[in-house]
Amino acid sequence: MSIDRYTGAAAIQSMLRYATSPGSSSFTDFLSAAAPDLLPRQRLLPAGELAAHGTTIVAASFIDGVIMAGDRRSTMGNLIAQRDMEKVFASDEYSLVGIAGTAGLAVEIVRLYQVELEHYEKIEGTHLTLDGKANRLATMIQGNLAMAMQGLAVVPLFAGFDIDADDPANAGRIYSFDPAGGRFPERYYDSIGSGSLFAKGSLKKRWRPGLDRAGAIRVAVEALYDAADDDSATGGPDLNRQIFPVVMLATAEGTARVGDSDLDTIVRAILDERRDQPGS
Amino acid sequence: MTMPFYASAEQIMRDRSEYARKGIARGRSVVVLTYADGILFVAENASSALHKVSEIYDRIGFAAVGKYNEFENMRVAGIRLADLRGYSYDRRDVTARALGNAYAQTLGQIFTDQQKPYEVELCVAEVGATSDEDQMYRVSYDGTIVDEPDFLVMGGQAEAVTTEMRRTYQAGLPLAEALAVTVRALGSVGGNGSPRTLPANQLEVAVLDRTRPSRKFKRITGAALSPLLPADTAGRPAEPAPADTPRHDADDAPDSPGSADGS
Repeated sequence: MSIDRYTGAAAIQSMLRYATSPGSSSFTDFLSAAAPDLLPRQRLLPAGELAAHGTTIVAASFIDGVIMAGDRRSTMGNLIAQRDMEKVFASDEYSLVGIAGTAGLAVEIVRLYQVELEHYEKIEGTHLTLDGKANRLATMIQGNLAMAMQGLAVVPLFAGFDIDADDPANAGRIYSFDPAGGRFPERYYDSIGSGSLFAKGSLKKRWRPGLDRAGAIRVAVEALYDAADDDSATGGPDLNRQIFPVVMLATAEGTARVGDSDLDTIVRAILDERRDQPGS
Repeated sequence: MTMPFYASAEQIMRDRSEYARKGIARGRSVVVLTYADGILFVAENASSALHKVSEIYDRIGFAAVGKYNEFENMRVAGIRLADLRGYSYDRRDVTARALGNAYAQTLGQIFTDQQKPYEVELCVAEVGATSDEDQMYRVSYDGTIVDEPDFLVMGGQAEAVTTEMRRTYQAGLPLAEALAVTVRALGSVGGNGSPRTLPANQLEVAVLDRTRPSRKFKRITGAALSPLLPADTAGRPAEPAPADTPRHDADDAPDSPGSADGS
């Protein structure tokens, strides 16, 4: 790939040579031309046990928008690699992305995705639609397919508040993806990761339409608690160290993270309830 | 274009400079100034879609005058460079100085190597944690870069607007007063002697506000802008100014003020 293709007739030798050619508003496309070595790329790691993996991420819609919560544990085989890893991020002002899979690669993809969305907004002067954002994420995951087949899969969960929706009470949207880059809109709730089956079982019983903010947080934290109960790769809340799941909301006011003191109260309430219910 | 048998380099450069300067003077002015909470950009621009002022990065803003497609090219290039730097290092490693240098290099090269210079003048501004750390750089069509304190005026009748700004500007003004000073200065030219009134829909206003959380750039438009503008309507109403400078073949008389926006 030569420089000339991207600068046309006026070959500008200065620092801005890649940047002055007309091109797309995609930061990923620009990176592939200007600095392909910065893209999340081929690693020669043997897959499997050596790469950190395992998690539970849950997302659910509620009356004000969507909630997404993720546990904090990162494992390498039987060892806990990290106790306070963050897996849920605000990808932009109105959307959230949570990641499961190879930790280092996933965090890099999220970082690239955040820049991708901001880049588009600054160049075009307008936000992408929520469907557009989900599509871009699907494309990025598709780009990772070669590595996924080596066992370095990254699977995201995407949720957001659709500011273009007709009905604000139904503006929360959730999308799930497969490693091949397929994109699936979800209704109500979804979960990904090694503990997702247990989390979905919990959500199936606890989630209902029309939850308010407090109800949604409770349902999400409880789903993670149930996942941590049965999956060793998912970490439960650590009251001693005050390490709680990352719980984020996307509503008409934008994205927000639920504070640790609120989560502390909720977790203690869950524990009290469970203590009185044998078998739970 | 037929090449002359011989033209001194000095003559060629002088011709190019004059061409670029004329192009920039044909449009309307943009003022960039510091105020209490950061940096204020005010442009005379009636278009709500084509912008002269834009965000580049968290603390960095961009303003330009001249030919729209040329400064738009520079704007996009600056955003790409800033995002690339922020991505490969860290968000705090992106500086207006580095961007200004890149612009100076590029414009300088275009000025010497290309047949036609870019008829643009750019401003790259960065808001700091305190007013001492605010920076504004002016980059000219030939790549000259100047670090400006307080305020700068580009395009249109820049000298006249600068004189008026020097008379009325003070450092550290609150937003509404800084805006009043600027809008009056912009309105003081181009009205054939009498001042012009510039309403909200003929202005493009934005700030880099250091009190905002992460991205400091914010546009002020419509219902948020009107109450901040000076209330006196003593001057005659101004003709709306387009975002781009008029075409070179448009009928224009450079010596008479107020006719500069052809089209």
